Amino acid sequence: MRLCNIKHSYLLQGGLYLLVWILLLNPIYAQERSHVLSQESDTLKPHHLSEVILYTSKREFKIDSPMPVQILSGKQLEKLNSLSVADAIRYFSGVQLKDYGGIGGLKTINVRSLGSAHTAVFYDGMSISNAQNGQVDLGRYSLDNIEAIELYNGQKSTIFQPARGFFASNTLYLRTKLPQFKEHKNTNIRIGLKSGSFGLVNPAMLFEQKLAEKISLTVSTEWTKADGHYKYRYQKLNGYDTTAVRQNGDIEAIRSELTLHAQVSETAKATFKAYFYDSDRGLPGAIVANNYEHVQRQSDRNFFVQGSFQNSYAKKFELLANLKFSNDFSRYIDPDYKTLEGVMDNKYYQKEFYASLANLYHITKWWKASLATDFSINTLDANLYRFPYPTRYSYLGALSSEMTWDRLDIQANLLGTYVDEQVKEYQQGDSQRIFCPVLSASYQPFNDKNFRIRAFYKESFRMPTFNDLYYTFIGNSSLKPEFTTQYNFGSTYIIEPAKVLQTASFQADLYYNRVKDKIIAMPSANLFRWTMVNLGEVEIKGIDINTNFVFKLPAQLFLDIGISYTYQKAIDITSPTGTTYKDQIPYTPENSGTLTSSLNWKNWQINYSFIYTGARYSQKANIPVNYVQPWYTSDMALVWTGKLLNIPVKTGVEVNNFFNQYYDVVLNFPMPGRNYRFNISFNF
Amino acid sequence: MKINYKYGRLLLLLAVAFTSCQEDAPSIEEEVIELPSETVVSVEGFYLLNEGNMSSNKASLDYYDYATGTYRRNIYSQANPDATLGLGDVGNDIGIYGNKIYAVINNSNKVEVLDATTEKRLAVIDVKNCRYITFASGKAYVSAYDGEVGVGDSSPNGFVSEIDTTALKITRTVRVGRQPEEIAVVGKKLYVANSGGYNPDNYEKTVSVIDLETFTKIKDIEVAVNLHRLKADSDGDLYVSSRGDYYSIPSNLFVIDTKTDAVKKVFDVACANLTIVGDNAYVIGSDFSYTTFNFVISYSLINVRTETLSTASFLPKSVSDLIQTPYGIAVDPLSKNVYITDAGDYVSPGKLYCVDATGNLKFSVTTGDIPAHIAFKNKTK
Repeated sequence: MRLCNIKHSYLLQGGLYLLVWILLLNPIYAQERSHVLSQESDTLKPHHLSEVILYTSKREFKIDSPMPVQILSGKQLEKLNSLSVADAIRYFSGVQLKDYGGIGGLKTINVRSLGSAHTAVFYDGMSISNAQNGQVDLGRYSLDNIEAIELYNGQKSTIFQPARGFFASNTLYLRTKLPQFKEHKNTNIRIGLKSGSFGLVNPAMLFEQKLAEKISLTVSTEWTKADGHYKYRYQKLNGYDTTAVRQNGDIEAIRSELTLHAQVSETAKATFKAYFYDSDRGLPGAIVANNYEHVQRQSDRNFFVQGSFQNSYAKKFELLANLKFSNDFSRYIDPDYKTLEGVMDNKYYQKEFYASLANLYHITKWWKASLATDFSINTLDANLYRFPYPTRYSYLGALSSEMTWDRLDIQANLLGTYVDEQVKEYQQGDSQRIFCPVLSASYQPFNDKNFRIRAFYKESFRMPTFNDLYYTFIGNSSLKPEFTTQYNFGSTYIIEPAKVLQTASFQADLYYNRVKDKIIAMPSANLFRWTMVNLGEVEIKGIDINTNFVFKLPAQLFLDIGISYTYQKAIDITSPTGTTYKDQIPYTPENSGTLTSSLNWKNWQINYSFIYTGARYSQKANIPVNYVQPWYTSDMALVWTGKLLNIPVKTGVEVNNFFNQYYDVVLNFPMPGRNYRFNISFNF
Repeated sequence: MKINYKYGRLLLLLAVAFTSCQEDAPSIEEEVIELPSETVVSVEGFYLLNEGNMSSNKASLDYYDYATGTYRRNIYSQANPDATLGLGDVGNDIGIYGNKIYAVINNSNKVEVLDATTEKRLAVIDVKNCRYITFASGKAYVSAYDGEVGVGDSSPNGFVSEIDTTALKITRTVRVGRQPEEIAVVGKKLYVANSGGYNPDNYEKTVSVIDLETFTKIKDIEVAVNLHRLKADSDGDLYVSSRGDYYSIPSNLFVIDTKTDAVKKVFDVACANLTIVGDNAYVIGSDFSYTTFNFVISYSLINVRTETLSTASFLPKSVSDLIQTPYGIAVDPLSKNVYITDAGDYVSPGKLYCVDATGNLKFSVTTGDIPAHIAFKNKTK
């Protein structure tokens, strides 16, 4: 009888008590009418700019957010020729997307150079975590049913959220579409198809049904298949010039989601969601001299169910309860790695149980306090040699205060965590007790409500992943967490002249970050044997700038332009005697920027977007052999929206990487040249 | 309406700016560093092969010229601009035979053959997952992990290929143990250290013996788990190292008598790398344990005639203190200068140290990533 089984049973009991408690309490209080509850769990209301006309975009701002936020939503999102969330987040400032290329290639986000494990990703309010490697592959999240992507440097601008929302250095929120029914219409169906280069076939279906006056059901499913073939080219001036076709980049994936929304009472709402993703893909590998074709494969199966309940009681008290269970399987096959038992075939099984309770109390009209407590259990099983079968129990608590006056908003959070590691065999990682303070404020210095300044200070950390701690021959069970400190000062300004220039917005932030006890791989006895250590300190100074302009031109033309720019000096300050002291850290350009634009005319829309990533170094030393050239791509699209046989239709043609530039985001993982996509969707 | 034109012009300007193409980068040229020179007797200098981290495609070649004292770093690309993607990924071994350089590039699945005078490519010989190379009687022998190309099946066993050094083609192939490492020829026999590294639960423990006449395996000599280095001395003894299992079995060094093909001595010394020159074996020990996460580095000297381990380190402390990760080692057969490399953190350029026979540091120079394998170039008549 293992200890963790006992803990599991306690937990189940606890969960049941919690449910009963919520269900019992709710009807009693629900009688009392309350208007405190805001529709969004976020207490800061989004500031919508006056919607000029149907064709132009509706931009969302959270001007009084004390931490910088960037939002891509609705039409704004549709204008970027994006298949997945990963394609879209490239347009955020301060962000580097580590993209291994192709539809199936791993795509992870690195915000403000803190490292990809420092960005927490939330899907419909609940975090997607990967205790095994800390990576969330954003290429797997299709934009098909995504309504909005929000990126917060720091945390979401509300104190009423699950504790996990406070803990990460940066947070990315993916929000799926909420069903909206026109009068006398109880069913919405959207059928779409995307197809194009790389042998892509991607049919998708969205089904929305009003089950009762206040209950709706959404089913979203899609299938993606691609052979992943594309041309790439490597060349040197007066030297070699080789063009080849990317191999083993095929993918087949299915995603299915079911969501139930219920407005339980005037003050209470509940959501249930089930998610399933299954994929099989080739791993095209690094292109190195004389070795262009790889045979490794990976398959994944992710499943989760989550339930959320939110209510407010007696105008004073609000409650948010979340439960989630996820089960992930992943398998890696390397036919070139031949062992006595056959080829390498590693299987990983991850489970997570997560429960969260957040309470908000309105002390006075201007003062709110909240307590959020989360509990989670993570397990990992793998068919690896000397695998310890770890279980992690995490207890998170966040005590917060928010004071809001006309012109000033001040938030303070104290975060506390206790992480308990258990293993069945071999050495277990150390338990961790960590406290982190967060302080943030937003201030309106002038009478103009559309100009605000903000500042924040935030300490956060990431736990070593199970791979860091336990991976056979690499893991180091004595690792400590990796810490970050962030300071940010910024402002937002919005003008609405409503003339030729309809609206303009400006957002600028200066920041200073430190990463210490960075978890890195270090060689031990020989090249086969690496081990993870807490070594490395990084200092990051940066500027993020975002601007948006909407123009109303003659002849019903609307022009929308967005420009973002990022400057980052992210240097290695590990050791003054080290050979790479003060060198820019790998894959961090000093300058990068994006431009998005769209021109609307009646039913037609032309989009153009441009991404520039400056020169980078592929390894720690800033020397010529590690220099990676800048790259820039131009994507274009032509979109028509209208009716075909009285059915609303949207169709478009996209040309990505229009100037057919060959480049690597990650060294030796070539990106596609010019490619095409066609899409059509029907609404019933 | 004026404002419109202004923005329109701006847009046009931007559009034009974006259409300009990315410029082609030229090949990276070699860098020349002036170091102290050496008297040339029979050795003219040496090539140093830098491994480069796996998947980085950063294997590189350096050359130190004794007569002029110039150290030329990263010479391959300049000499071979047409070789697609350069030297390749993970330079695992290098040897010079005749007037040809043979570089074994592990993850590029090839043996790259260069002219030792011009450093230009003569041939590329495909050998999948190749590891180490040795030479005898006009032939090169290469060990390789993967049986697919060589023996045409999905067996976990590796193989050794024989390459004709004139035709630069594989002539014969023989299957050996799993994940074979270093090889050496003594008389008419070829010895291969098998590691079995892909099966940490079941390492190989043997040295395979191949008869060079028939090119067949004649026996396996049981030594210890996870064998790696294998070097012959002038008496016909083989020094074979075991990496251990990184947990309970430490790294060790054994001696095989090739007359009896049996283990005749155990040194109880950790061995990560070694070279034998004259009467001495220079042994770098790096004993690492995943139980304690500690590793102890040692620089041992063994007299191969008397087969005794010296108590003293072959490197003075002033030099060993400078070295973070000792990796490659070579000793000039005449001057007895010790050339030792430091792989540092494996992802930044490493260092090469030259220590003379009296223990003085003659120079140190920055190399490529993971400087590892040295081949001396002898004077041609």
